[in-house]
Amino acid sequence: MKKKPNDLILQTVTTVISFIIILFSIHLFFAGHYTPGGGFIGGLMTAAALVLLLLAYDIKTLNTILPFDYRLMTAAGLMIAVLTGAGALLFNQPFLTHAYDYFNLPLLGETSLHTAVLFDIGVYLVVIGVTMTIIQTIGESE
Amino acid sequence: MINLPLLPILIPLLAAVLLMFFPKRIKAQRTIALIGIAGTIIASIVLAAEVKANGIQTVNLGSWPAPYGIPLVSDMLSVLLVLTSSILTFFVVWYAIYYMNESYERFFFYIGVMFLLVGINGAFTTGDIFNLFVFFEVFLIASYMLIVLGGKSGQLRESIKYVLINVISSALFVAAVAYLYSVVGTLNMANVSQRITELGSPGIVSVIAIFFLLVFGLKGAIFPLYFWLPGSYSAPPIPILALFGALLTKVGVYSIMRTYTLFFYHDQGLTHQILAVLALLSIVVGVIGAVAYRDVRTIIIYNIVIAVGVILYGVSAMTPAALEGAVFYLLHDMIIKAALFLLIGIMIALAGSSHLNQMGGMIRDYPRIGWTYFVAALALAGIPPLSGFVGKLLIVQGGFETGDMIGPLLILLSSLLVLYSAMKIFMNGFWGTPKEYHGVSAKHANRLWVPAAGLVLIAIAYGVGAEAVYPFIQMAAEPLIDPSIYIEAVLKE
Repeated sequence: MKKKPNDLILQTVTTVISFIIILFSIHLFFAGHYTPGGGFIGGLMTAAALVLLLLAYDIKTLNTILPFDYRLMTAAGLMIAVLTGAGALLFNQPFLTHAYDYFNLPLLGETSLHTAVLFDIGVYLVVIGVTMTIIQTIGESE
Repeated sequence: MINLPLLPILIPLLAAVLLMFFPKRIKAQRTIALIGIAGTIIASIVLAAEVKANGIQTVNLGSWPAPYGIPLVSDMLSVLLVLTSSILTFFVVWYAIYYMNESYERFFFYIGVMFLLVGINGAFTTGDIFNLFVFFEVFLIASYMLIVLGGKSGQLRESIKYVLINVISSALFVAAVAYLYSVVGTLNMANVSQRITELGSPGIVSVIAIFFLLVFGLKGAIFPLYFWLPGSYSAPPIPILALFGALLTKVGVYSIMRTYTLFFYHDQGLTHQILAVLALLSIVVGVIGAVAYRDVRTIIIYNIVIAVGVILYGVSAMTPAALEGAVFYLLHDMIIKAALFLLIGIMIALAGSSHLNQMGGMIRDYPRIGWTYFVAALALAGIPPLSGFVGKLLIVQGGFETGDMIGPLLILLSSLLVLYSAMKIFMNGFWGTPKEYHGVSAKHANRLWVPAAGLVLIAIAYGVGAEAVYPFIQMAAEPLIDPSIYIEAVLKE
């Protein structure tokens, strides 16, 4: 008989760590506009947190906690990214031309809002979607 | 509309993304794929009219000015290739709707085709050498998906080869781009050309030229880098094979055409001589394969190698006539190869085998398919007034103008053997004693015939209407003959 692995420590640590990783990935995502970071690396890090959950628990548990269809997530991310780029067509600007301005928001004060963030959200979703689809496809066969 | 050059890339991309939301609903997949490609065709026609009227169109993506950002450049050559690719894809998808198993269609077939079209149109349009690599990757990844679709054992074996070859050549591509960048310090193709002239084309540029020939030769299947082609292309189902055979190798050919006329035209004694020799060897090897085999797929696949050789010989001659001929023949070959693959696809579907020994006498029950194939075979070999003739004539004329005797004669001789190889299929498949076929029904075969006949009709129109097409071809060859046209249009100096 196969012995049930004792992964109590891994599971306990994971529940805390994965949140920290996700928070840090979101920080990286927003930091990416002017400093190292961005949608790609942020998405990879979020996916890493999800993979850690996957290792500590299993696919079924992860699907109950986060019931996403990662293929749809990829499609949605691509759609957001493409449409953001194509938005420039409406203003007869070259594809992927972005717009930004400074706004006075409550609480945050003067903030720069940039359409590149929308594009990056698309990238972020695609990276998570693709990474998780690959890992789930490999994992499912076991 | 300043984004016009972008539309033939953007429309199939949007369609592909839309299709990803419901991969299992086959009817919606078919409809949206066809609408997306039709939209691409319309956009390409509008773009072609615009280029004809106002010259080369460019877009600087993200509004970054020319030598720094990535430009998309639509000159007549790229527009014609984009238009032809989109039309071909339309007919192949139409054919695939009747040909493909539902199990294939459920597994992202249409999504793969749309991404393939995005990559191909992008590669034809981009004006940045690194971006060319990116678009190569886009269509290669789509092609990896399409070649394993079905997952039969032979297919998996061949796709491993295919993926390996392409991963290696992609790595070489990046290395070649890096070498080029280290010499000229720019990636914008117009600017690269300018810098090479300014530097007086040092010897290292010729080395890089050979390096690029190696990279694009692997994709375009020239001698001796064609070795992977016959095996890998015989693996996937016919509609996918038609797309690969008609489009993928041609992207490699286009890239050689572009780089050898825009960047590497200084040391022609070395680079273009090597290109000419390799092109002629490709013709010889292709002819041997096409004549020797009795498998209909393999025969037509070896014909791809021959055509690549003929086109590249035209490029290597570098005279206006030869370049016009190369452009004309390139477009002709894309259309006629797709048509031939679709037609032999019907034969294979009927006979249930791709070997000529299993076929015979099909013309009795399927006269329409037989005669359509006959016309397509004549067009392939270049019998006037069909479309292969004008292109070959110009290439041969250009070859004689350079004082080369062997090349043009070899091309003329190869035409005869090409005709023989294509007629071999006609005589063994359509003539002879009729056999009992247990493949698809006659009604089904006739449905498959319609898109194939449509392509043959386009090929005939292209040949008979050569007079009307010629001004476009001439305009497409202009930037190849005189790179400064291209450079001025991109850098706007």
